Amino acid sequence: MKYVDEFRDRKFAQALSGQIALAATQPWRIMEVCGGQTHTILQYGLEDLLPSTVQLLHGPGCPVCVTPLELINKAIAIAPVPDVILCSFGDMLRVPGSTGDLLQAKALGADVRIVYSPLEALNLARKHPDRRVVFFAVGFETTAPANAMAVYQAKRLGVSNFFLLCSHVTVPPVIAAILQAPNNQVQAFLGPGHVCSVMGTAEYEALCRNYRVPIVISGFEPTDLLEGILRCIQQLERGEARVENQYARAVITAGNEAAQAIVTEVFDVSDRIWRGLGSIPKSGYRLSYAFRQFDAEREFQVEAITTEESPLCISGQILRGLKKPSQCPAFGTQCTPEQPLGATMVSSEGTCATYYKFGKLPLKPVSERDTP
Amino acid sequence: MCLAIPGKVEELFQQDGLKMAKINVGGIRKSVCLQYTPEAVPGDYVLIHVGFALSIINEAEAQRTYQSLQMTDDLKDFAALQDQVSNEIR
Repeated sequence: MKYVDEFRDRKFAQALSGQIALAATQPWRIMEVCGGQTHTILQYGLEDLLPSTVQLLHGPGCPVCVTPLELINKAIAIAPVPDVILCSFGDMLRVPGSTGDLLQAKALGADVRIVYSPLEALNLARKHPDRRVVFFAVGFETTAPANAMAVYQAKRLGVSNFFLLCSHVTVPPVIAAILQAPNNQVQAFLGPGHVCSVMGTAEYEALCRNYRVPIVISGFEPTDLLEGILRCIQQLERGEARVENQYARAVITAGNEAAQAIVTEVFDVSDRIWRGLGSIPKSGYRLSYAFRQFDAEREFQVEAITTEESPLCISGQILRGLKKPSQCPAFGTQCTPEQPLGATMVSSEGTCATYYKFGKLPLKPVSERDTP
Repeated sequence: MCLAIPGKVEELFQQDGLKMAKINVGGIRKSVCLQYTPEAVPGDYVLIHVGFALSIINEAEAQRTYQSLQMTDDLKDFAALQDQVSNEIR
């Protein structure tokens, strides 16, 4: 596929690997922000191409993972309402709430559907005027313009049976939260390429200035990430802290201004709770006053549901780059993608689920192995 | 989740007042909303996420990234050649 295959070339990856080994004269810790980037790193074994001095920390950029349990419970409570069609992206349906997940709600008779685009959800509402269609809208800034357009169109076309159960989060506040922590480990970031194709680079310039940290906005293919790592190391070695744009084929400085305009019109910036991390000020979006009629939480008045997370789960430390999945005693035993205990295992893009999928299981001493 | 894939714009159309296109993604044709990249024309490659084109892929920048990869690779070959030469001298 054009613009994909050429950035997966093994000879280029090996050449970059050599450059990185030459550039890194001391230990460095770099965090990739996006779950999609983590997936590429594990899928292609990119960590094996790095010198032992360069460590990758996996960031909080999986929106399914950080969606609070309380909101998943709300979705599961709304789904069985008789006139409701509840729809979302496929990976949301498997995330367990306190009692089951949305797929189980479907098995019990709720009308739960997977959609590829929020416009599909809007079309469902137009096709079924006697039903209330609730779209469980999660995502970072990449997804916000699509969800915003669905609501904007609903208003323009006078569709009154379409609602958004909204859990939108934004990247710069969580990067700031990670950097502000006294035990922060991260020395440079691979910035979120697709988020920046929408939002541009200005917010990252501010983070660089305020925290003196290099940020290289990077793509999602193996050589994109290796080039991003090389550029981070070059900055760190020179004592610089700038925004660089490795992903220039898709990201311009201003971002997509048409998309930003609709997002600003439909959403207000709000505080958000991140699963595994807690509340972060001004770290997401909620529907603005002008679009409040489309707010599912207002329409359905679901009572506040108290939720409890597993005390075993260390996803908070994993999302901050303080620990790796292999350092969790529950990883791969009590906690698996089928029976996840917390944020980083619930979605295929979560760090723990990605480690599980690509076999990064910790080696056990002989005595602990099952012996016949 | 923030996965976005490149696809080639094939045919423009309007739907419910939105600018749309048929886009070829690795041989599969999809309807995608072009409201955020209204300047895209057939032949352009766009980055698609949940049914929306988020940016037009900049061919010149993609070429530049590719050329810098080739240069890195050439540098590697040059370094290997230097090693070989110095080994032969030794």
